Amino acid sequence: MDDTLLLLISALDSTLRVSTPLVLCAMAGIFSERSGIIDISLEGKLLAGAFAAAAAAAVSGSAFVGLGAAIMTSVVMALLHGFACITHRGNQVVSGLAINILASGLTVTLGVAWFHKGGQTPTLSGDARFSPITLPGAETLADIPLLGQIYTELLSGHNLLVYVAFIAVPITWWILYKTRFGLRLRAVGENPQAVDTAGISVTLLRYRAVICAGILCGIAGAYLSTGQNAAFGKEMSAGQGYIALAAMIFGKWKPLPGLLACLLFGFLDAMAVRLQGVSLPGIGEIPVQFMQALPYILTVVLLAGFIGKAVAPKAIGNPYVKER
Amino acid sequence: MSSPSKTLPAWIDVGLIPLINITFAFIVSGLVIFIIGEDPIEAVKLLVYGAFGNDYNLGYTLYYTTNFIFTGLAVAVAFHASLFNIGGEGQAYIGGLGVGLLCLALDQYVPLWVILPLAIIVSGLFGAAWAYIPAYLQAYRGSHIVITTIMFNFIAYSLINYILTNVLIEPGSGSPESRDLLETAHIPTFQDAFGWFGIKIEYTPLNLSILLALISSVFVWLFLWHTRWGYAVRMLGFNNNAANYSGINTRRVIVGTMCLSGALASFVGINEIMGVHHRLIMDFPAGYGYTGIAVALMGRNHPIGIVIASLLFGALYQGGTELSFEISTIQKEMVLTIQGFVILFCGALAYMARPTIERFFFALTPKNQTVAAE
Repeated sequence: MDDTLLLLISALDSTLRVSTPLVLCAMAGIFSERSGIIDISLEGKLLAGAFAAAAAAAVSGSAFVGLGAAIMTSVVMALLHGFACITHRGNQVVSGLAINILASGLTVTLGVAWFHKGGQTPTLSGDARFSPITLPGAETLADIPLLGQIYTELLSGHNLLVYVAFIAVPITWWILYKTRFGLRLRAVGENPQAVDTAGISVTLLRYRAVICAGILCGIAGAYLSTGQNAAFGKEMSAGQGYIALAAMIFGKWKPLPGLLACLLFGFLDAMAVRLQGVSLPGIGEIPVQFMQALPYILTVVLLAGFIGKAVAPKAIGNPYVKER
Repeated sequence: MSSPSKTLPAWIDVGLIPLINITFAFIVSGLVIFIIGEDPIEAVKLLVYGAFGNDYNLGYTLYYTTNFIFTGLAVAVAFHASLFNIGGEGQAYIGGLGVGLLCLALDQYVPLWVILPLAIIVSGLFGAAWAYIPAYLQAYRGSHIVITTIMFNFIAYSLINYILTNVLIEPGSGSPESRDLLETAHIPTFQDAFGWFGIKIEYTPLNLSILLALISSVFVWLFLWHTRWGYAVRMLGFNNNAANYSGINTRRVIVGTMCLSGALASFVGINEIMGVHHRLIMDFPAGYGYTGIAVALMGRNHPIGIVIASLLFGALYQGGTELSFEISTIQKEMVLTIQGFVILFCGALAYMARPTIERFFFALTPKNQTVAAE
């Protein structure tokens, strides 16, 4: 019994670690898409952020400088997305795709030119990384059965950015539903004409929304290269931006369901590794590829309207043209 | 004020503005090369030589071109119905799976002239089937085709991965690949074809699939501009409601267009599996599906434009590879960077230069002429 519990706790523990970038990117996607801007460039911003964080941390020796660089890089890419989609009314999917491809190309090109390691950045150690934080009292509580174990093994011992990610969810919720900015942001994604009529700039609001998305993706990128790993590697985001996009849609463009979707997808990922080669009673062995594809399959099934209905913000994808 | 698209003459709209956009993309790419401390002019020289310098380089360039024509046409056909098919990658994967399965089943029994037409049909059917599901969901269940095709790319990857590691893998082999195909399933390379006439050229992956690509281009042109179905596709893309009221079954057109698009993308599998690798492997679409989007944008969704844009991207890929051998700081990812800038400037920022050009144009033309043009 104790073994099963420990196994479960360790699975949940890695779920938290795997979900962290997903949660941050999904919240980023919510900001952008609730304001009416399709954001398939989560992947690109994540990758660029990861590179910037690792590069800056390697040069400065400080993880926080890396974090700042990641946020700045990701915001610049978000502004580029905004410049194309908001100012020039370009196609939002095309723009997002361009950013993703640019990120894939530029990170390696610059990485090779600056560090001469085939696209990798130097390995980080010490202060250049976000190291695990032991929550207060974790050691004393470790002996208490169940609750103590959960506290010590599951909740304590992650790096700062993991906690930031999970705090970002209620903050996103609060901004979206409890502030004037959030109300206007949601309105601009549903009916930009109405917002414009009220004398509020649609352009400015949407720019602020994509900047929020940029900040969150930047943090996620820093987590990848300076928290979860100790260097940047080619294509290290490995489709996580797209999984986050799927999770955001699976969570119906809402923060809390979005978080749950990220945790679900993270859990599937954590279990995929653990279930490899294990035969389950009654089912047999589940192919690891099936577990990897499951988030995408679930999202498609949801989009098809077979589990509830995911309704996108009404004005999503439409550039706003001000009437004269 | 009238809408700007009516007042600018066609040569500016179709010729000058795209040219300016591409120039922007190349200037910015040049800046990146300059920033990493290399000489952009030198890089361009090496790149052009690397792409066209001798029969070996040209062969590789045209081999890449073949793939880009397929995926570019696929994206363009969907674009004409204002559908965004990001799923070329997945459709190519599944098409290749179809080709691979067919060849593995038949290569011991029948010659190439039997396998090839069957392979084209099976590949098309597999690709179309993979595009059918997102298309159906878009047409009948209202889910967004961009998202579903992205998801289907990942699902296709996992599916092929599973099939190769568990079903088709050669017993005792460690890498997820099928067995080698027999000669009967090999499409002749240009080296073979030139050899028939006694001309010796170097081996390159370039094979006769490029003819299929050119035939497909002509077919797409005929289909879109000279058939009723093509008319329905373009009408749907131009105005959904108008198409609907004129009695076009828009849902069926959506599904049909996407199936055609998927079939075109799937022919990458013919080129890669039967023409080059001669076995089913992982990762053979290698991003060609995404590059197809850049190709279609640059070629303005017209087959002639797409063939030209494919050649340009083929040259970039091959020239970029050669460039990375010559200058060690420039990797083949530089090509990705250029591709990103092309998509950005020719696609997302396509209208950026327009207001400025309009102002210049109207400043230069006398007033009465502009009125006459309206």
